[in-house]
Amino acid sequence: MKESNMDGLQSTATETEQQLEDMAKEMRLANDGLSEQDKGYFCDVRPHRVEPYKGIMESFANWARSQSLWILGFGTGCGAIELRPLMTSRFDMYRYGIQARPTPRQSCVFIIGGYASVKTLKRIVRSYEQMQGPKFVLGLGSCTVNGGMYWDSYNTINRIDQYIPVDVYIAGCMPRPEALLGGFIKLKQMIREGKCEGMNKYIDDFDWYKANQKQIIHDWNMPDYNW
Amino acid sequence: MVEMAKYDPRDKFPPVDAGSGKSVYNLHSGKYMKVWQGPQHPGITGNMSLELTVCGDEIIDCKTHVGYLHRGFEKLMERRRYIQCFPLVCRICVPEPDFNEYLFAEGVEELAGIEVPEKARWYRALTLEMARLASFMMWIGGQAAAFGMGTIGQWTVTMRDYVLDLFEELSGGRIYHMYIIPGGVRADLPIGFALRVEQTLEQIGKVLDDVELALMHNAVFKKRALGLGVITPSMVDEYGITGPNARGSGIRRDIRKDNPYLVYDQLEFSIVTETGGDAYARTWVRLRETRQSIDLIRQMLEKMPTSGPFFQKLPNVLHWKIPAGQTYRKAECTRGEYGFFMVSDGTELPRRIYVRGPSYTHAVTLMEKLAVNVNIADTAGLMVSLHTYPPEIER
Amino acid sequence: MATERQERTMQEVNDSGLVGDRPAGLKFVHVEADQAVAYITRLRDVQGYTHLVFFTAIDYIEDSLFRLTYMVHNYDSRQDMGVQVDIPRQGASMESIHHLWPHAATYQRELKEMFGIDFPGSPGVDDSFILEGWTGISPMRREFDTRQYSEQTYFPRPGRVTHDTAAYMKENLYPSEAETW
Repeated sequence: MKESNMDGLQSTATETEQQLEDMAKEMRLANDGLSEQDKGYFCDVRPHRVEPYKGIMESFANWARSQSLWILGFGTGCGAIELRPLMTSRFDMYRYGIQARPTPRQSCVFIIGGYASVKTLKRIVRSYEQMQGPKFVLGLGSCTVNGGMYWDSYNTINRIDQYIPVDVYIAGCMPRPEALLGGFIKLKQMIREGKCEGMNKYIDDFDWYKANQKQIIHDWNMPDYNW
Repeated sequence: MVEMAKYDPRDKFPPVDAGSGKSVYNLHSGKYMKVWQGPQHPGITGNMSLELTVCGDEIIDCKTHVGYLHRGFEKLMERRRYIQCFPLVCRICVPEPDFNEYLFAEGVEELAGIEVPEKARWYRALTLEMARLASFMMWIGGQAAAFGMGTIGQWTVTMRDYVLDLFEELSGGRIYHMYIIPGGVRADLPIGFALRVEQTLEQIGKVLDDVELALMHNAVFKKRALGLGVITPSMVDEYGITGPNARGSGIRRDIRKDNPYLVYDQLEFSIVTETGGDAYARTWVRLRETRQSIDLIRQMLEKMPTSGPFFQKLPNVLHWKIPAGQTYRKAECTRGEYGFFMVSDGTELPRRIYVRGPSYTHAVTLMEKLAVNVNIADTAGLMVSLHTYPPEIER
Repeated sequence: MATERQERTMQEVNDSGLVGDRPAGLKFVHVEADQAVAYITRLRDVQGYTHLVFFTAIDYIEDSLFRLTYMVHNYDSRQDMGVQVDIPRQGASMESIHHLWPHAATYQRELKEMFGIDFPGSPGVDDSFILEGWTGISPMRREFDTRQYSEQTYFPRPGRVTHDTAAYMKENLYPSEAETW
């Protein structure tokens, strides 16, 4: 509406519009000029750090996070066999606030159950990056620590923490469900103390992790950051 | 009154090529969509994926992708001595590891000419039947959960845990027992073991009665599982189908009866079959076989010898050279015919150990054939009804 | 007792040089490569070996050949028959049997990937089955050293110490038994 006392504002509005139009012409999407198929894969967004709150807000948030750890339902290896007794009525994990969720968007803990082959590692990386922060990783079994009994295999990786940051390792082959619960309790303790900054560590060392991943995963047909 | 033309959604289905049996479709036409029932999915047993091409809600093409669990066992075993292979071997099939141990031990004994004492053979058969029981219990939970009935899984997996307790008492490990080794078994039965086994079997029997009521006479399960994934008798030999998948179509074959191994020729049991060939019939077969396992364990505990050695002393296993030869041993595991093809060449390291898993044919060729015209929601149920465990496909 | 058995076994070594608990229904047969498929077809159609149990290969690098093994099973006579065919290692290829059993295509796909044996005409034989993005030599070939590959590629965690018990025993406990058995 054109009114005398709004004259000044009106002209600013047109200026801003013009500026926006100019910017739009100059600004091109980073995936301009690629083929249709590649446009879909291309994503040049880098993850950005999320600073934790300060003081009592963070303590409260950490307490809340530790009481409701939702795991991602991905049975990556041998470890999946001990997740079934964990989920059922004998070693019930639901009373600890731990639920299994079908999608990475709704989960915050990723249990790497045992060895990871190269094919699985690609999906692990993809699922991990799709999880919302703050997120935690539990390495189950000795294969995540140093390769376990498949240390000389041409298809399994030796150390999972070269590719994604790990918070707690649970030793064993396979660890008992009680050991798993013990691992979860340790994780909760660490979260409450504010020591589980895996997500930020991943973002800080993003290039190093990516370089390691790309060295192993040859068939890289996904964006660098799967958000 | 205007006559409305009858709308049949199948009119938009693509034609099927008579030669290969696969649908001929053009992905760029915009009528079809590719859905990955991928490795990170609650409806997948283990870690494998199905690449589904769907038209609406019905699948017109399915491709199985395996290889997520490949550890290169066969290559690893060529680098390890025979006694070093045996901890490796039980991890080939994760939920039912005893069959691997048994077949590996039998193969080595055959090649090396070792005789196993009678008591050890009974102990081995007992372990195998307990492993079958545990595996079936988990399968029932999985099959019910695939159709939405999660409570049954809670019952049966808990009962399976009591069987794992028995294993822990016997061998020290819940999942990977490493109890059956070349030469016999590793330890004698603990005192009072038979009593505890009997108590567990009673509990499991009661739970199975509940499961039968809740699952097999359930209108939802019947509606979804009847007619799902029908295997006709002629498909059985063409696709190499063994085990309860074949017995659900009326084929009376069971390795424990046809080529008896261990002590199965001294036990009384009959082959369980069903006609129908669909997921419902297969569930009946497996439920009955679970009860059969319970009965067999009871028979074994009654008939087994109580004295005698359980282990034949082996030569120095770190310098053990097995003479050249080859053999194929097979056993009836919960999924079908499980086999070990072992070739030795007179040195300390095996030349070739090939593991024939039943899921190799069930999950790849058979699944791709049966998944056509199935709803997306039912594929998980179909796959679980074929009882496929991915680790033994790609070893 | 074990030594006598060993000696007996060494003599009967040919195809079924096995003693002990051997089930009677297993035989191995050696066939020439050009007659193999016809032989297997006859086994399936005429003699009732309708079930293809497995199909794999053994690498005899010192003799420069692959020994393919087809195992077929006869449900009426309850016999297993292992048909073994030798093919040369260089340019290894064999006629496909996917027209006899559809699931043979999967076995052939795996053999192509793992050993490098080609089966022209088999459906999907070039698709990768188990490995993804693998560019080296076929891993099951004996010239491929898996330990060296793993150490170079997969960042082994330092601090792994090997106490080779065999070496220890040879030197300290049973020096007289070393190398003889």
